[in-house]
Amino acid sequence: MGESALLAELLVPFGYGYMLKAMWVSALVGGVCAFLSAYLMLKGWSLMGDALAHSIVPGVAAAYILGAPFAVGAFFAGLLAAAGMQFVKLKSRLREDAVIGLVFTTLFALGLLMASIWPTSVSIQTIVLGNILAISDEDVVQVAIISVVSLVVLAFLWKDLMVTFFDESHARSIGLNTRMLRIVFFTLLSACTVAALQTVGACLVIAMVVTPGATAYLLTDRFGRLVLISIALGAGTSLVGAYLSYFLDGATGGVIVVLQTLLFLAAFYFAPKHGVLAAHRRRLAIAKAAP
Amino acid sequence: MTAHPAVPGSVVPVATPGASISVRNLTVTYPNGFTAVRDASFELDPGTICALVGVNGSGKSTIFKAIMGFVRPSAGEVRLCGLPVEEAIRKNMVAYVPQSEDVDWNFPVLVETVVMMGRYGHMNFLRIPSRADRYKVDEALERVGMSAYRHRQIGELSGGQRKRVFLARSLAQEGRIILLDEPFTGVDVKTETSIIALLRELRASGHLMLVSTHNLGSVPEFCDRVVLINRTVLAAGPTAEVFTQRNLELAFGGVLRNFQLGGAALHEDQDARRLTVLTDDERPLVLYGDKHSHRQNKDE
Ligand SMILES: Nc1ncnc2c1ncn2[C@@H]1O[C@H](COP(=O)(O)OP(=O)(O)OP(=O)(O)O)[C@@H](O)[C@H]1O
Ligand SMILES: [Mg+2]
Repeated sequence: MGESALLAELLVPFGYGYMLKAMWVSALVGGVCAFLSAYLMLKGWSLMGDALAHSIVPGVAAAYILGAPFAVGAFFAGLLAAAGMQFVKLKSRLREDAVIGLVFTTLFALGLLMASIWPTSVSIQTIVLGNILAISDEDVVQVAIISVVSLVVLAFLWKDLMVTFFDESHARSIGLNTRMLRIVFFTLLSACTVAALQTVGACLVIAMVVTPGATAYLLTDRFGRLVLISIALGAGTSLVGAYLSYFLDGATGGVIVVLQTLLFLAAFYFAPKHGVLAAHRRRLAIAKAAP
Repeated sequence: MTAHPAVPGSVVPVATPGASISVRNLTVTYPNGFTAVRDASFELDPGTICALVGVNGSGKSTIFKAIMGFVRPSAGEVRLCGLPVEEAIRKNMVAYVPQSEDVDWNFPVLVETVVMMGRYGHMNFLRIPSRADRYKVDEALERVGMSAYRHRQIGELSGGQRKRVFLARSLAQEGRIILLDEPFTGVDVKTETSIIALLRELRASGHLMLVSTHNLGSVPEFCDRVVLINRTVLAAGPTAEVFTQRNLELAFGGVLRNFQLGGAALHEDQDARRLTVLTDDERPLVLYGDKHSHRQNKDE
């Protein structure tokens, strides 16, 4: 195969409308999830993303039964889960992980029950695994609206959220409404989880809202940069992942998450300050300096 | 009014009312039903440094939290500069440095970013720092002697250095009222001295500071008023009147280490005054006769 033939082969995905759509939608969703991941990872709420994604299932089932747009059902279920977790946390002495586990298994079980009682909701399958390559235009519109609105809100509130999550009492002492900010954050998280379901499916949403932030955390000590790096990683891997999935026959979510993990491993070893190699080099330097 | 020589009113900008704290019949009951503070009242005016003194668990931190509106009083009220707490806070009138920072030390923020957080209340909703904001951050870092550390990640500091950073943040916040909950614990003598000098400068410019401390020896040195508490206010007023051995014994009960050293037995000179050393923490309060006239050093 000649060079130009190879190039032509590589450009093939761009010739298909559904591939282009898959790429930009994935990049958008990947970027906004990565923005949220910067906060989730820091607060030790990484499992929250997973929990929300599973909790959404009953909402989706209910939406199918009622004939409502599935995003609406998913969003309300997500919000219910987030509120439920906050409520149990506030009113009991249970640790966060126990609360998350409790709430999300309950809702997931409810979802499975509904799906088995009303078999019309068989398309639950696509929710669990996601299928961006076959996304309908209506769903694209939903996902795009969710993502853009979330990005805009985050662009305005990212510093307020940073202060709230870093030091809540200071946030209150400068007059921020921290309760409101938390509600906004969890609302966005629920909404973006719904959007991410479309691209990678419920099982892999967790990677989208954890890995980019975790990778960026190894690369910088400045929160502003962390957010930028995280978004770049999330959007970049999602775009490339969607593109590559054309050649790998459709496993979009898997490809995206594998790419994110590879980048995480690279940062884990090669990060200039917090990487394994850097630490090793510093130890060597000290050993050498000592006689 | 304050025992301290009056501060010229002109120092306080006309736009803001003078810094004042008014705690009236404050009762705070925690959700578990424990009443940490009952019926506490005191009033403080601008240009004052007031010490809040009492045993562990006497309710000092609780009073700070009530003043910040973090715990809701079950009875009574707190007013700051004549305003309800929430309104005063919205107007950036109060800065608060808690006893221990409940923050995530691994959070990816630099020292200068933490201090900049003190300015957020003064910025528009996008929180983009102006040149004046940056200048105030530089100045605050300079005043606490932490400029050299500004690019460190916040967790890469010692305990005392962390305290100074949060003090710098409260300076950058430019509240007329500054609440400091045990700013001297875990801080060396040099830093303590410079913090005290800083508080004095702030007093001269009309600020009102409420400082809780266990260093009884430093209290007469820099505080013009004292509030003694033990789950309620035992005594409040000018240092000379309130900070007496009798009141301290009342506040601390048997907890204080109280050494009485007879004059002639210990030194050869003619000093025959009765010497009393009261200590709650590292820095003791030394009383000659019944008046505190001298202070021991921490590292004596
Ligand atoms: N969240 C809480 N719930 C229930 N009780 C509390 C709570 N916080 C404090 N207390 C109780 O209230 C009392 C006063 O606590 P506070 O922290 O105000 O004491 P303090 O004077 O600051 O003590 P220290 O000198 O040790 O800092 C204590 O007996 C404490 O056990
Ligand atoms: Mg305390």
